[in-house]
Amino acid sequence: MKVITANRLLNGDVVWLGDNGSWVERITLARVFEGKEAVAEGLAEGAEAERNQEVVSVYEMDVTVEDGIVSPVRLRERIRATGPTTHPQFGKQAQAVSA
Amino acid sequence: MYRYDEFDANFVSQRTEQFKDQVRRRLAGELSEDEFKPLRLMNGLYLQLHAYMLRVAIPYGTLNGRQMRKLAHIARTYDKGYGHFTTRQNIQFNWPKLEDTPKILEELADVEMHAIQTSGNCIRNVTADHFAGAAADEIADPRPYAEILRQWSSLHPEFSFLPRKFKIAITGAPNDRAAVQVHDIGLQLARNEAGEIGFVVFVGGGLGRTPMIGRKVRDFLPEEDLLAYSEAILRVYNRYGRRDNKYKARIKILVHETGLEELKADIEAEFERIRFGVLRLPDEEVRRIEAYFAPPPLEVGETVSGAVENRKETDAAFAQFIAHNLNPHRVPGYTSVTFSMKPIGGIPGDASDAQMDAIADLAEEFGHDEIRISHEQNVILPHVRLEDLPALFDRLVSAGIAEGNAGLITDIIACPGMDYCALATARSIPVAQRISERFGAPDRQADIGELKIKISGCINACGHHHVGHIGILGLEKKGEEFYQVTLGGSANENASIGEIVGRGFSSEQVVDAVEKLVDTYLGLRSGKEETFLEAYRRLGEAPFKEALYGAA
Ligand code: HEM
Ligand code: SF4
Repeated sequence: MKVITANRLLNGDVVWLGDNGSWVERITLARVFEGKEAVAEGLAEGAEAERNQEVVSVYEMDVTVEDGIVSPVRLRERIRATGPTTHPQFGKQAQAVSA
Repeated sequence: MYRYDEFDANFVSQRTEQFKDQVRRRLAGELSEDEFKPLRLMNGLYLQLHAYMLRVAIPYGTLNGRQMRKLAHIARTYDKGYGHFTTRQNIQFNWPKLEDTPKILEELADVEMHAIQTSGNCIRNVTADHFAGAAADEIADPRPYAEILRQWSSLHPEFSFLPRKFKIAITGAPNDRAAVQVHDIGLQLARNEAGEIGFVVFVGGGLGRTPMIGRKVRDFLPEEDLLAYSEAILRVYNRYGRRDNKYKARIKILVHETGLEELKADIEAEFERIRFGVLRLPDEEVRRIEAYFAPPPLEVGETVSGAVENRKETDAAFAQFIAHNLNPHRVPGYTSVTFSMKPIGGIPGDASDAQMDAIADLAEEFGHDEIRISHEQNVILPHVRLEDLPALFDRLVSAGIAEGNAGLITDIIACPGMDYCALATARSIPVAQRISERFGAPDRQADIGELKIKISGCINACGHHHVGHIGILGLEKKGEEFYQVTLGGSANENASIGEIVGRGFSSEQVVDAVEKLVDTYLGLRSGKEETFLEAYRRLGEAPFKEALYGAA
């Protein structure tokens, strides 16, 4: 299973492709793609968003879904989804606490 | 200190205006990311894992209080309150917004700073010994030559699209603290028999995926030939350096593939053609630039300070600081002081905005307004009166940068690794933090003595692991972090590339492995004076290998 990820052009924030072409700030809200064709469609949506100055550096990444919770497979993506492990007060992990 | 002349000021402000317009066009959709990326990189702006990253140049690691305060202000206003000093004597901000970067560059330009030549396939910022202009063992201050090279290389049209990046380092002392032998060009100041100044020249050093020690191409290059000879090297590289494969594009590969003798002949031939041309350095010009770096007026004082000696008797932390964080100054009564940006368990090279402000204050109060950044990711006040050390130390304690660990096992170099870097294969900072905690006890560190641990989060080797006495390279294996250990590397005048000892270690095991290596050394050293590196060079890898993996 895959999700599509990118960084927002304006501020560099890590985002994932959500429903209806939106880019969401939490991986738990990301739209999950299964199968080559679905992923290709997701990437095409991403490319479009890149052309529209919304995001940069679009790519697909592996996730698992357990009890409806989307989690990245690779450590790199786990760190992107939470923030620097050395700075628990920064990045998405901080927003998760304050939200 | 070097001050911008009118040319520099215009150049930097033009560049800032240009970039402002490029960002505007990018946001308006007039530039695609493919078009914009090389432009932003030319201005030091990268995209990392969580955000953009801005790399600001600190040429030859020299800055003053006003500039440091500006960096603090940028950290506070546009970032998350901290910055990271790097092994190339730059500072990186980890969270700037694209929309804010033109403003940040404007603010930097106000204090004669910029992000030019911090990225791209150009001649990068020239790095120099961090004790330049102060060290007792120095032949001459290397920074005027670094500045001459900067002026020559900034936007040099012929060398803006080299096969790959090009790094030059220079040291003014026989004890090399600038790692010149692992740079594309390494320069070591020397005097000939007539007492004239010149350079020993090394070419083709580098780290990354193919580490190599630079080869000596000149025993003595006269001062006046510095630019002509550098240009000759660059021309030969630009002409013959490989462009087909970016992993083989550095000059070190050219040296390796062409052979030293042939390449040297090419360089000398090119040099002979241009030697008496416009690049010949007139003596007046060197002396004019040198004047910018004139040392502050320093009054000769006592070589031993009663205040320091007394305090040492009663304050162990102070005594430890004095034992490790001072470097001999050429003027009696003075010393160069290293502020450790390696608190025990902390993040190597990180400085908060408050710490940067404190450093600026201390430089103005105690250090003739001069600050240096070292490639070992520490901060230095080059000119401090011995008498002032007790008062300075108290202030460092308040700022949290008073650890007396310079050159010791907890003075670790670490690249940002997977906590920030898009290219990383593993984390480096947390490994550094755990090693620091393990060995942090003052007596233990002092007993172990000089030991340089350097950690990179991928094969690009930004953390200099190849030249660590103990080097640690973070890799990925089956989705897990995995650390390869090298031994016996060194970046000083007896430079060497570390050797891989054996199979790597998991994140859990790696700190224990380091401890085994250290215990082996402690057990086998001939005495406390024999450092880890010396013991390794004497004993070879066998006992260390056995400690890690058992008898073969
Ligand atoms: C975070 C963004 C960074 C990126 C994308 C990056 C990228 C790279 C790459 C691709 C190389 C290999 C170049 C080659 O061999 O041709 C390299 C080498 C190097 N980088 Fe970085 N780096 C980054 C951060 C840093 C930092 C933080 C430091 C200082 C702590 C640094 C200092 C160096 C050094 C010293 C080398 C090896 C020396 C050499 O060029 O031979 N870099 N970097
Ligand atoms: S060594 Fe690798 S992980 Fe570390 S900063 Fe350089 S590119 Fe990033």
